[in-house]
Amino acid sequence: MLDVQQISVDGHTGTDTAEVVINLQGLRKRYDARTEVLQGIDLSIRRGERVALIGSNGSGKSTLLRCLVGLHAVTAGSVTTMGETFNSFPDRGQQRRLRARTGFVFQKHCLVRRRTALSNVVHGMFSEPGSWRGFAQSLAPEAWRIAALDALDAVNLSEKASDRADALSGGQQQRVAIARAIVRRPVLLIADEPAASLDPVSGRDVMLLFNTLSALHGITLIFTSHDMTHAREFADRIVALRAGRVFLDKPAASVSDTDLEAVFHVAGR
Amino acid sequence: MSRAADHLPSRLPRLSPLAFALTIAAVAVILVSIGQVAPSVERLANGLPNMGNLLWRMSPPNVEAAFLLRVFWRIVETFQIAVAGAAIGIALSLPIAWAASRGISPFGWIGALLFKALISFLRTVPDLVWALLFVATVGLGAVAGTMTIVVDTIGFCGRFFAEAIEESDKEPQEALSTIGANRFSILLGAVLPDVMPTLINTSLFALEKAIRSSVVLGLVGAGGIGQELKVAFDLFQYRSASTIILVIFLIVLVMEWGTDRLRAKVQ
Repeated sequence: MLDVQQISVDGHTGTDTAEVVINLQGLRKRYDARTEVLQGIDLSIRRGERVALIGSNGSGKSTLLRCLVGLHAVTAGSVTTMGETFNSFPDRGQQRRLRARTGFVFQKHCLVRRRTALSNVVHGMFSEPGSWRGFAQSLAPEAWRIAALDALDAVNLSEKASDRADALSGGQQQRVAIARAIVRRPVLLIADEPAASLDPVSGRDVMLLFNTLSALHGITLIFTSHDMTHAREFADRIVALRAGRVFLDKPAASVSDTDLEAVFHVAGR
Repeated sequence: MSRAADHLPSRLPRLSPLAFALTIAAVAVILVSIGQVAPSVERLANGLPNMGNLLWRMSPPNVEAAFLLRVFWRIVETFQIAVAGAAIGIALSLPIAWAASRGISPFGWIGALLFKALISFLRTVPDLVWALLFVATVGLGAVAGTMTIVVDTIGFCGRFFAEAIEESDKEPQEALSTIGANRFSILLGAVLPDVMPTLINTSLFALEKAIRSSVVLGLVGAGGIGQELKVAFDLFQYRSASTIILVIFLIVLVMEWGTDRLRAKVQ
């Protein structure tokens, strides 16, 4: 069996002078007595970095993403995201501040099917005061509608603004979900397998879009993927999880095929 | 004979002794009940001439202009009781159903349980009993009828609205929660658009139900055409009663046709 220390972790540990957006210290997450999904993660991510989080199914990628913004409670260790430090759950104030500056894109777009693309993007303003007005674009303040149309324009979908979400193709729906995530110009954009449910061409388009937006607005991007081409092409840095630990942490350009084989190696296979 | 024939499963499921005893008990209860309260052949045979006699006395229906005008205004009142009661009931059902929805209620699981118990209570008590209570508290007339329909509609819609909310698509709700939306925004933004067709369908059924209920509420003094029907029977004015019954039949028929069309449009 491979030793998890076999591949050295390239220390992105916050010693850099650039602003640290995420800092995890000894992060552990346990769902039940037998399963510890995350077993002591130390990780630091700087502003503007594009990080691909890779690993086999069940390695803890999605759990880690959810812990970053307090969607899941942390069992032990500490999480500092955009200056907000918490040990279990962020308190209500931290949660509000965190979620207002974070965009989250899921594997399934998670749009409200019976609403228009524009209404779905306006939903991105829900952390604003008076947010209930954002439930439909027709009731939203003018500034929100303009921001939402701008976001749709950024993902090349402004001409579909009045179409219902369920009338759009899978790729278009994922782009609407991205527009919803960026409408408030987040500091941090988290994407959990954003291309997994799309065909190769649409998947690549979505990843290119993430790249462009991240570069254009200096957004820190963390995405999970099972597609190593995407990880190498669209990330500055690849972090691999294996059995709930950081197994590899390297600049994307220096990750070799041998490294990747080791990440996905299963004893006895 | 093939070997498969030896291993053929039994045609009937095997019953445990307890299940067998319960089945026998249930059959016994049904047979005893039929024996005691169902009409006997002799009773039916004796009743048929009376039924024929009543139908003879009910025809032809009363079509005097003054009577028809009175019936018309009673029908208008019945319709108002149904529409006002159903509208208020549906509006109140929505927040109550939200509060009663497991996993979505802003009052936690205990609050949801309490609100569910309230809805069950409102649904369990029959509408005529509510009508008697309201007639005793606010007096005879349409107001008592409207209050009855409100309560009855909450009992009906509250349950189906809550079930629809509980079964709504959770993924958009999680996505909005991640963005920082509060429970109320999630309700407006994700839950209601998802369950809207079910809410509209249920509301149309509630309206139909309200029309049927409002027709009979008058029998206990809660206003509407039922009051006229009761008077007609009490005074042995069977021709007037047959007119009222025909009008009620027409109203219910038109309402069902109308709500069916609306439901088809919603789908």
